[in-house]
Amino acid sequence: MLPHYFNHLFVTGIDIYIADVLIILTSLGIVSVLTYFKKWKWLWREWLTTVDHKKIGIMYILAAFAMFFRGGMDGLMMRTQLAVPNNHFLSAQHYDEVFTTHGTIMILFMAMPMLIGLINVAMPLQIGARDVAFPYLNAISFWTFFFGAMLFNLSFVIGGSPDAGWTSYVPLAGPHFNPGPGENYYLFGLNLAGLGTLASGINFLVTVIRMRAPGMTLMRMPMFVWSTLITSILIIFAFPVLTVALSLLTFDRLFGSHIFSMTHGGMPMMWVNLFWIWGHPEVYIVILPAFGILSEIIGTFSGKKLFGYPAMVGSQITIAFLSFVVWVHHFFTMGAGAAVNSFFGVSTMLIAIPTGVKVFNWLFTMYKGKIRFNTPMLWALAFIPTFVVGGMTGVMLAIAPADYQYHNSYFLIAHFHYMLIGGTVFGVFAGLYYWWPKMFGMKLNERLGRWHFWTFMISFNLTFLPMYLVGLMGMTRRMYTYPPGLGWSHLNMLETIGAFGQGISMTFMLINIVWSFKYAERDVTGDAWDGRALEWSTTSPAPEYNFAHVPVVYSRDAFWDMKYSKNKEKYQVKEKPYRPIHMPNNSGRPFLMGFAFFISFFGFVFEWYLVGGIGLAAVFYLMFQRSFEYNTDHYISVEEIEHTEAVTGRS
Amino acid sequence: MTTHSDVHATQDTAIAPGQPINHEKFPWKHIVGYVLSLVLTFAALGLVLSSALPLTAVIVSIVILAVLQLLVQLFLFMHLTERHGSATHILTLSFAFFVAITVVAGSAWIMTFRSSVA
Ligand code: HEM
Ligand SMILES: [Cu+2]
Repeated sequence: MLPHYFNHLFVTGIDIYIADVLIILTSLGIVSVLTYFKKWKWLWREWLTTVDHKKIGIMYILAAFAMFFRGGMDGLMMRTQLAVPNNHFLSAQHYDEVFTTHGTIMILFMAMPMLIGLINVAMPLQIGARDVAFPYLNAISFWTFFFGAMLFNLSFVIGGSPDAGWTSYVPLAGPHFNPGPGENYYLFGLNLAGLGTLASGINFLVTVIRMRAPGMTLMRMPMFVWSTLITSILIIFAFPVLTVALSLLTFDRLFGSHIFSMTHGGMPMMWVNLFWIWGHPEVYIVILPAFGILSEIIGTFSGKKLFGYPAMVGSQITIAFLSFVVWVHHFFTMGAGAAVNSFFGVSTMLIAIPTGVKVFNWLFTMYKGKIRFNTPMLWALAFIPTFVVGGMTGVMLAIAPADYQYHNSYFLIAHFHYMLIGGTVFGVFAGLYYWWPKMFGMKLNERLGRWHFWTFMISFNLTFLPMYLVGLMGMTRRMYTYPPGLGWSHLNMLETIGAFGQGISMTFMLINIVWSFKYAERDVTGDAWDGRALEWSTTSPAPEYNFAHVPVVYSRDAFWDMKYSKNKEKYQVKEKPYRPIHMPNNSGRPFLMGFAFFISFFGFVFEWYLVGGIGLAAVFYLMFQRSFEYNTDHYISVEEIEHTEAVTGRS
Repeated sequence: MTTHSDVHATQDTAIAPGQPINHEKFPWKHIVGYVLSLVLTFAALGLVLSSALPLTAVIVSIVILAVLQLLVQLFLFMHLTERHGSATHILTLSFAFFVAITVVAGSAWIMTFRSSVA
C-alpha cells in the first residue's frame, strides 16, 4: 500500500512552483553549458572523480556557498515575515518549515563544510604533506556530505520540509505529531552527511599525526593545524552520539519503537539529552577552526610570531575537554534539579577562561606589530569584539536561574548569531580572502573586499544587536508573528533592514569573485601575503603533488625561517634531483557511492523499502569492489615534475 | 613520525599507510570482528524484543553485551595490542573513557529528575 502522503508527493504553493521552475532552469542551464562547451569529460575527470585534497576542498567550499545562499533565503523570508506585526507573508506552518531548514542548513551544510573545505585546502600544505592520509576516503566524505545536503534540500519540493526546528525535539518530531516525510528527510539527510563528517575527522586526525614533514614536531605546527587536530578529536567523539540519536529516532518513526515516545516507557527528554551531548561539541567544532584561521592571519598581518603559542595550544585542549561536560546548559529549564543545573552552569562558565586566553593572545600578537589592514585582517579584527560580545552574553545564559528568563528568547538567538556569524562566518570570510590566492592563483580585490566587509559588519550588527533587546523585552524565538503595541515593532523592522543589508553585502563578494577571475593580477610568487607557514612556500595554486621536495622544518613559522633566517645553509640540501612521486589514483566510486546512498535514503524517507534496499545493496557492492582493487596509485615521473616546476618558474 | 628523510617521504607522504603490505594476508581479524559485532548487536535486539526475561535481567544482559562489543572493537579493529605508538594509545583511550563515562554517568544523573517529578 502506498503511504498516505503519496498523493501529495510534490509540494504545492506559489513559492514552491517558483523553486521548481528555478531548479529546472538551473539544471537545464548547467547541462547545456557543459554540453555546449564539451565539458562533461572535464567535469568527470578533473572534479567528480578527484581525490586531490585541494580540489575536494574547493568543492566543499562551493557546495557550502550554495547552501549559504539557500539558508540565507530562508533567513530573509523569516525577516520579511517578522518585519511588521500581524504579518501574513508566511503562514505559521510555512514559517516553522523555514526556520527549521534555515538552522539545519546553516550549521550542518554551510558552516561545517565551509570549514572542512578550508582545512582540506590549507592543512596538508601547512604540514608539508602531499595529500591527506586517506585521499579516497576524503572523496567519500565529500560525496556523502554533498548527497546528504541534496537529500535534505529535496524535501522542499518533494514531500515537504521538516518543521520541528533544527533541534528536532520529540514528541513534536515523533511519528504521532509529525507523520509526513519531512522529519525523515532531516534524519536521513543528517545521518548521511554525518557519516562523511566522521570520516573527515578520522582522516584529518591521522593526517596531522602521521603526515607531517620531517622536523615538524607537534609544537612547531601552525595554529590552524592544531585547531584542526582538536576539531577532529571533537568530531570523532561527538558525531557517533548524533548518529545514534538520529538512528533511534528513525526507529521510532519508521519501525514503531518507543524509545523517545511519551507512552510505552519512552523517554522524550533522552532525545534532548543526546542531541546536546553532540550539539555543544558541535558548536565548538564550528568555532575552533575559525580560531585557527584567525591565529594564522593575525600572525601574518602583524608581521610577528603568534604570542603565547603554548597557551594557545593548552587553551584549545582545555576547550575540547570542557565542551564535553557542559551540554545541560541547553536545557536548564527541563527541570533537572539544582545540583545538575549548578554543576553544568559552572562548567559552562569555565569555558570563558581558555577562550579569554586566546583573545588576549591575539591582542598581544598585534601589540607593537606592523599591522597591515588587508581584507583578511579586517575580518579577523572584527571577529574579536563581536566574539567577545557573543561570549559574554553566553556566560549570562549560563547562569541557570537567569536562563529561565532568557531561554528560547531572542536574547539566545542574538547570542548564537554573534558566535556563528561574528565568529565562524567572519573567520570563514577571513580564511577565504586569505587562502584565495593559494586556491586560485590570484587575490580577491581589496576595494570590493572592503565594501563587502563594511556593509556586512554594519548590517550584521543592525540585525542582531536589536535581538538582544527584543529578547529582554519578552519576544520568544520561533514565533511566526506578533501583535503591535509591545514595543517590539521598530526593533524588528531594524533587524529586517539589517538582514537585507547582509544579503546585499554578499553580492559584493560575488562580484569580487567574478571580477577577480577576470581581471585580477596572477600571483606568481606563491607567497601572496608574505606568509609564515609552509603553504606559502609552494606555487599558487599548488601543483598536484604540493611539494617537489618535501620541505624540512627547523622551527615554528617554518616558511618565515626559510625566507629570513640568518642561517640559510640548512635549507640548501634541496638541490638534489627530483624523485618520482607516489600519488593516489582518481576514482569515480566515491561519487557513485554517494549517489547510491542518496537513492537508498530517499527510498527510506518514503518508507519504500525496496528502493532503500536496492540503494544499500549498491553501496555494499561498491565497497566490495573497492576491497579487491589493487591498482590504486601511480607515480608522477621526474620529467613531469621537472616540466611542472619549470612552467611555474621554479626549477 | 618526524624522522623520515626526503627519500622515505615518497612512500610515506602521498599514499595512505599500508598500501602494498595488506595485499597478501587475508584480514581474518576484521572478518571475525565484523561477524562478532553483528552477532552481539542482534543478540541485544533479540533480548529486548522477546520480553521473556524480567526487566532487570534484560538491562544487565544488554550492558554485558555492550561491554563485550567494546572489547571486540578495541581488540579486533583498533589494534590495541600493537606496541607501536603506545603513548598516543594511552592518551586517546583515556580521553575516550573520559567521554564515555561523562556521557553515560552524566545522562543517568540528569535523568534522575524523572523520579522526583513522577
Ligand atoms: C563563552 C562561550 C559560550 C558560552 C558560555 C555559551 C553559553 C550558551 C548557553 C548557556 C546556551 C543556552 C541558552 C538557552 O538555550 O537558554 C547557548 C546556546 C547556544 N550557543 Fe553558546 N555559548 C558559548 C559559545 C558558543 C559558541 C562558540 C557557539 C558557536 C559558534 C555557540 C552557539 C550556540 C548555539 C547555536 C546555541 C543555541 C542552540 C539552540 O537552542 O538552537 N555558543 N550558549
Ligand atoms: Cu552549548
